[in-house]
Amino acid sequence: MSRAGRTVRPTLEAAREAGRSALVGYLPAGFPTVDASIGLLREMVRSGADVLEVGLPYSDPVMDGPTIQAAAQQALAAGTRTADVFAVVAAAAELAPTLVMTYWNPVERYGVDRFAADLASAGGAGLITPDLIPDEAAEWVSAADRHGLDKVFLVAPSSTEQRLGLASDACRGFIYAAAVMGVTGAREQTSLVAPDLVKRVRAVTDKPVGVGLGVSNGRQAAEVAAYADAVIVGSAFVRSVLEAGDESAALSAVAELTADLAHGVRAGLRSAPS
Amino acid sequence: MTSPLPDADGHFGRFGGRFMPEALIAPLDELEKHWRAAMADADFTAEFHRLLHEYGGLPSLLYDAERFSEAAGARVLLKREDLNHTGAHKIRNVLGQALLTRRMGKQRVIAETGAGQHGVATATACAYFGLDCVVYMGELDTERQALNVARMRMLGAEVVPVSSGSRTLKDAINEALRDWVANVDSTHYLLGTAAGAHPFPALVRDFTRGIGDEARAQSLELLGRLPDAALACVGGGSNAIGLFTGFLADESVRLYGFEAGGDGVDTGRHAATITGGDVGVLHGTRSFLLQDADGQTIESHSISAGLDYPGVGPEHAWLAETGRASYRPITDAQAMDAMVLLAKTEGIIPAIESAHALAGALDVARELGPQAALVVCLSGRGDKDMVTAATWFDLVGVEDVVEDVLEDAIDEGAQSEGAQSEGAQ
Repeated sequence: MSRAGRTVRPTLEAAREAGRSALVGYLPAGFPTVDASIGLLREMVRSGADVLEVGLPYSDPVMDGPTIQAAAQQALAAGTRTADVFAVVAAAAELAPTLVMTYWNPVERYGVDRFAADLASAGGAGLITPDLIPDEAAEWVSAADRHGLDKVFLVAPSSTEQRLGLASDACRGFIYAAAVMGVTGAREQTSLVAPDLVKRVRAVTDKPVGVGLGVSNGRQAAEVAAYADAVIVGSAFVRSVLEAGDESAALSAVAELTADLAHGVRAGLRSAPS
Repeated sequence: MTSPLPDADGHFGRFGGRFMPEALIAPLDELEKHWRAAMADADFTAEFHRLLHEYGGLPSLLYDAERFSEAAGARVLLKREDLNHTGAHKIRNVLGQALLTRRMGKQRVIAETGAGQHGVATATACAYFGLDCVVYMGELDTERQALNVARMRMLGAEVVPVSSGSRTLKDAINEALRDWVANVDSTHYLLGTAAGAHPFPALVRDFTRGIGDEARAQSLELLGRLPDAALACVGGGSNAIGLFTGFLADESVRLYGFEAGGDGVDTGRHAATITGGDVGVLHGTRSFLLQDADGQTIESHSISAGLDYPGVGPEHAWLAETGRASYRPITDAQAMDAMVLLAKTEGIIPAIESAHALAGALDVARELGPQAALVVCLSGRGDKDMVTAATWFDLVGVEDVVEDVLEDAIDEGAQSEGAQSEGAQ
């Protein structure tokens, strides 16, 4: 079985060398069903996503807007369990480096080391942890290091220089820059504060920087790709699935959106104002 | 030294801390800085105490409940927080945090509410200070507690029904956090209990600890000694931590917290987080919570809306783990019996929340014997609970009463909205 390796960093660096940003696509495991979510992720890779981000559906997702909340609720109502997330990761990791995005309590409940071990043996690359800050992450950091997994912490426009340093030091894989002060969800305009945030992060680290929150189409992806190593898209994928009438419509919608975004991340650097 | 914890990062032993989006860490740091400076500023604390006295009606009485004591079999002293403005201990926390909001130069306040009591208290403090107020309330709760929705609107607050998740208190907190992360420059999140991310558990404790400090001094005056035990109900735990803090250093004073046992802890339908939950992370803090095998939050159940929360403040988790305080479940039926016992022996109708502590007092009285003196926090009054009580005890033609009350409330809500829009023109 060929696995894509337990860090996403080489993928991001290869994209950078090719003069473009990497496209990171998010969908929750078990949405709309476990099998269907695997099919959708496969479609994403086929249509040009470089890295996959599999969401672990959680009952109290405070960082998420209504779109991803609805998807998580649907996945939980359909009976999605933590073990199903590993199954989805195992299938996804065959195709592209795969991270899990999860709130902290399900990891702690599963057992931090056990979670890391099972994620690693499923071929997963690591975790994105939206409500775990490095200050509270000692147990996760040592488990991730033990199992060779990426640790992706977030930085935000409100982060002080001291906290940018703390998060950058703790991250492995890339640093997730939250482009706006707010929750996930597609927005009309891309963030005005994200370029400055990325610049501040780059002042303290050489690690790749990904930007998420609010990107929903190729044009916006191109804007963000002008300054970020990775463009992370979540709500727009979820919305395209929610709005599709059936499974095949969802597959086509995801394929179309991925292609548009993949074009965008390739257009970014060329159109970038220097 | 009565409150050596939390540590600098907000931990009570292995509990507490900050499990929050990075975007909120700087604002939490800023809140902590302002709160510490305020508590060290004699002008701020003097203004807080002046407000509590002149507006809140504090200090509250410590009342020697002789006929209830006779029924209980030990001397029971009631800390009469039910007589405070807005009818509960919550006025202490909201006045403190509203004062802090003004000090931080913020003009907008958001809050969560379950049954509506904290929402009403917050709306009250915002009206007093002229602050903009938005209250998030689970859609299900806005239907169950229409009268409190009307109260908040009359006080000038905007009430936002939350339709995500279980449409109850925990989802109202989620939605308030989402608002806060997007509006944190202008907005203070006035959290209603001693839970959440650091510094909230310690900050809310600071503002409610007057309950215990007053009760301690009043006990010494009334009894000539310390009481044998201090008792309070625990949902998130703000009235309990406010009471306990005053007695923490007095090793002879036993501390008892009474959780909502609902239909009984063994039925799974309860809100007894410490008794029947496990350690985990919810709403920014590590504590005990009700969760399933995968760490998904389980809905709590209690006849008392104010105790109906699947988490509990981290300092209570620590006090339980260290054994300094004991936590026990009280079923809906036990609480309702205690409610009616206090009404009939003392002419005081307690909130159903507080009735949990009264029910617990009956057991503790039996255990400690007739020489014991118990301080019980009567955290709120029962007016708000009359529809529930009338239904439970089948006191009147309840279906008619409930419908009338709801219709009145809906009319009142519509009128106050009308009044608001007229006023705005």
